[in-house]
Amino acid sequence: MTEPLLSIRGVETFYGNIMALKGIDLNVNEGEIVTLIGANGSGKSTLMMTIFGNPRASKGAITFDGRDITQMPSHEIARLHIAQSPEGRRIFPHMTVLENLQMGATVADPTHFDEDVKRVCTLFPLLEQRMRQRGGTLSGGEQQMLAIARALMSRPRLLLLDEPSLGLAPMLAQQIFRTIRELNVRDRLTVFLVEQNAFHALKLAHRGYVIVNGEITLSGTGHELLARPEVRAAYLDGGRREAHGA
Amino acid sequence: MSNEAARSSRTLPLLPALKDATLSALVACGLFFFMIGLRTEQGSTGALEITTRFETFAMLVALVFAGSFLRTLVFGRGPIPLGRAIPPSLARQVASASRFAAPALLIFALLVPVLFYQNRYLLDLGILVLTYVMLGWGLNIVVGLAGLLDLGYVAFYAVGAYSYALLATHFHLSFWICLPLAGILAAFWGVLLGFPVLRLRGDYLAIVTLAFGEIIRLVLLNWQSFTGGPNGISSIPRPSFFGLPFADAEGSFSWTFGLEYSPTHRVVFLFYLILALALLTNWVTIRLRRLPIGRAWEAMREDEIACRSLGINTTTTKLTAFAIGAMFGGFAGSFFATRQGFISPESFTFGESALVLAIVVLGGMGSQLGVAVAALVMLGGFELFREFQLYRMLVFGFAMVLIMIWRPRGLVSTREPSLYLGERKT
Ligand SMILES: Nc1ncnc2c1ncn2[C@@H]1O[C@H](COP(=O)(O)OP(=O)(O)OP(=O)(O)O)[C@@H](O)[C@H]1O
Ligand SMILES: [Mg+2]
Repeated sequence: MTEPLLSIRGVETFYGNIMALKGIDLNVNEGEIVTLIGANGSGKSTLMMTIFGNPRASKGAITFDGRDITQMPSHEIARLHIAQSPEGRRIFPHMTVLENLQMGATVADPTHFDEDVKRVCTLFPLLEQRMRQRGGTLSGGEQQMLAIARALMSRPRLLLLDEPSLGLAPMLAQQIFRTIRELNVRDRLTVFLVEQNAFHALKLAHRGYVIVNGEITLSGTGHELLARPEVRAAYLDGGRREAHGA
Repeated sequence: MSNEAARSSRTLPLLPALKDATLSALVACGLFFFMIGLRTEQGSTGALEITTRFETFAMLVALVFAGSFLRTLVFGRGPIPLGRAIPPSLARQVASASRFAAPALLIFALLVPVLFYQNRYLLDLGILVLTYVMLGWGLNIVVGLAGLLDLGYVAFYAVGAYSYALLATHFHLSFWICLPLAGILAAFWGVLLGFPVLRLRGDYLAIVTLAFGEIIRLVLLNWQSFTGGPNGISSIPRPSFFGLPFADAEGSFSWTFGLEYSPTHRVVFLFYLILALALLTNWVTIRLRRLPIGRAWEAMREDEIACRSLGINTTTTKLTAFAIGAMFGGFAGSFFATRQGFISPESFTFGESALVLAIVVLGGMGSQLGVAVAALVMLGGFELFREFQLYRMLVFGFAMVLIMIWRPRGLVSTREPSLYLGERKT
């Protein structure tokens, strides 16, 4: 097998003296959708942010496309065309939707800006009518779409999504998952996805990891994980009855 | 809440009004007792004696009570709906008229020396207002666009003024050479301030920048051999018309153009000079807002972490904001020095920083037109009430409170997007 696009080796991250990540090993291969599931506070968002160097890993190594990015400043990591839709969306509330998209294109070649705006508008038609509206006045779901659209504007090689379905109506959540698959199949976009919605995430992903208290406890293909009794018990049976039908 | 209470509050909120008024009166009691009720005076022996002024004290407290009572009675406890007091048709007219406000103001500014040629006082006032417009626009880059609360902006004004004064008096360089040098020096100091505060935001940033302003002033005050200390620097060369001095002599401006000598020539020249400098500041700001660096400033004001993960280097973004803001402060300082002919640390106190910041906040953080209008209103207001020395600050404070109630986000609070659909990208 070729070298993974993103590889995380024994990464430890601290908040003060709280150890949030306790030696994470994880790979994302080119063209894959990989998902990370886990309970609240297990360290999913921390891992996302650690990839971006904020907070920085105190131990271990993160390599992207063969380059060690563990000690790189965040903005240089972004210039390698890693993009993220972070937890809490973090769109720019006083800037218009179009300006938000423009900020997303910071590291992209400006000549294909118009084309990329059109492209994200076809993915999220709701945004098209809202181009001149201020980001902060969008509904929660629209803001989520804007956060993903903004991340796509840089033409990323790796897209990190932290709970993209959070706060979305089931229909819209489904649509987001469909969009992610579409991007993956059509554009061969590599996606690393953090989700609470374990059922959909595992169905969508090629492979998945389970994180518990800052440690990876399980990994495997999406279907393998879906079938694991401990996964079903902890992340599926509680809320998602569809799991039984699947 | 009971039905009854809701009903009574809709008719006349007597009880809440009384409550509010009593509370305000109590606060006023605490404040005014020492500030107004008691007064120390030098007695006949030269020792301090305490005199009491309880009537004035009682009157003021009663005034506060009545004011607060009426406010709650008339407007209720919520925000005062001043917006509703203006009929919508008028509001719409004002809104459509404000589109022409900027060009109208500009044309007016250009015509001021023509209209008021005989009125030296108004010309001087115009120069003063324009200086603050320029300072406001310069600080607007740092505070309004980049969102970095800077309470020490006067430091760069001082650096610009002293750079000009020292360069011009020691090396006899002309204004047009000193001006860019002073700007560069101020920008350099802007970067110096920027480095230590890179990781600070909000209150902490404000405190450090405040201290920076004071440090610069104290250095100017105490470095006698270099800056002249409290005596300042005098006989700074006055500006010349591109080499032609304003004087009643051969080879002067009036002599060359065959005009009768008049001291007003210089004032008019200074007026257009500061107008040009201010417009340059404005033009650069507007241009920068459309460039990646300007967009990065505005995005950084909203979310620094998001900026970094989109590939923006927030370190250089902050430093350029400080540097460019400081540079315009430095330009304004040079102008100040050449206009006054004399500078001393007294002109660069915290009060100046506060005034410029007030102009930016009042104008609506980031709005170019708002800053210009705010500078005009503030300095014009100062002059208007000059005769009432005693009450000037009182009226001024009251007016500020009113404006902030009426327009909590500043005079011009709408942000113009810097990009529209279908526009060519830079
Ligand atoms: N800035 C911070 N300072 C201190 N502790 C933090 C900080 N951010 C996160 N933590 C702690 O680190 C742990 C992991 O948090 P993280 O946000 O990564 O969880 P998560 O898996 O994303 O949870 P959720 O599903 O609720 O988003 C938690 O115990 C949290 O309290
Ligand atoms: Mg999280």
